[in-house]
Amino acid sequence: MDYRNTLTTCTYCGCGCNLFLESLDGKLTHTTPCKTSPVNEGKLCIKGWNVHQFVQSEKRLNKPLLRKDGKLTEVSWDEALDFTVSKLKEIKEANGSDSVGFFASAKVTNEENYLMQKFARAAIGTNSVDHCARL
Amino acid sequence: MIDIVRQKISKLLSDGSVKGVVALAMANGHVAPCLFQKEDDLEPLCLGDTKKPGDARYPLNKVLITIARQYPEDVFGVLVRGCDERGLYVLYRLNQLEPDKVMTIGIACPQELAKACECKKPYPDELVAGEKTEGITQQGVQDMEDMDLSKRFSFWKNQFSKCVKCYGCRDICPMCFCRECSLECEDIISKGELPVDIPVFHLTRAMHMTDRCIDCGLCDETCPSGIPLRLLYKKTSKIMNAEFGFTSGINKNEQSPLNLMGPAPEK
Repeated sequence: MDYRNTLTTCTYCGCGCNLFLESLDGKLTHTTPCKTSPVNEGKLCIKGWNVHQFVQSEKRLNKPLLRKDGKLTEVSWDEALDFTVSKLKEIKEANGSDSVGFFASAKVTNEENYLMQKFARAAIGTNSVDHCARL
Repeated sequence: MIDIVRQKISKLLSDGSVKGVVALAMANGHVAPCLFQKEDDLEPLCLGDTKKPGDARYPLNKVLITIARQYPEDVFGVLVRGCDERGLYVLYRLNQLEPDKVMTIGIACPQELAKACECKKPYPDELVAGEKTEGITQQGVQDMEDMDLSKRFSFWKNQFSKCVKCYGCRDICPMCFCRECSLECEDIISKGELPVDIPVFHLTRAMHMTDRCIDCGLCDETCPSGIPLRLLYKKTSKIMNAEFGFTSGINKNEQSPLNLMGPAPEK
């Protein structure tokens, strides 16, 4: 019997509400807002309240897909990343750095967003960096 | 008080009376519901008081239901205040928990918390720790009733219009356990639209709370819009009491007047 409440931060937007993901024997069962968090003081929006659901959703994409002959096909991370790198290089060489734009996400951490803009500026050489304000 | 609670939990776990105890733990500087399973692992136990008494209460009965559904043969202990114990009585009546599978560790609420809650019974029947304090007269509902009808009407319309439909009042509620919820029925409530359906959304929930609400106040505390939901449910409880002499969770072997056929039971 393994019952836990894991303190974490909501992944849906940049507010950073703290919540507990409740799990029983390794399966997520509920989300509870953290009352002692100075950010959300025990409150959540509807997305936060249901944050545990997408993790175990059957519809969740958990392997990279690559379109081959017009069909989305499951591939390894190595293949997906190699393909992305080769295409980005190709586009950059053919049309210049500013032909590539980058979208950051509110669903990832500050550090990950930092890395992404660094990659855009240092590796690709563009300052076309934006974010998805809506999720 | 916490030492007495810790001793009691330790005893229940060591003599094998329970498989685990649902209570609160302090970890990473935050209070969270926890299932204690070992008697020598009770250091993080806490009672949900941080800056003010009872300001970090969580729906422990809801946690207990989740665990009991998975482990129906085992007996569990649960930390209860007066409201939580009332909640258990209602959950027994509604067949969500079995009384012989639950052992309570009851604590009394201090006067300050009882006053803030306007709690009619701020202590459980089976008290393990803390001093019983007097129940508080429910002034809030009376004040509302003293307002004239048009003022009251615009007050509630205004309150309901603040709703962001987070469903937090339902999700935090220890008495909400239905697998299908009327608030998700599209014949009654529009889906994905704001403003909320006024007054259907809130009054549907209030109706469903009439013989269930045990006045714990967690809905009030979790509402991001500050809608005084508890006051609304206090009013429905008051009607139930006036009409049927019924107060949910006050008697262990209660029956809901809404489930009885025939003449009204004597008050």
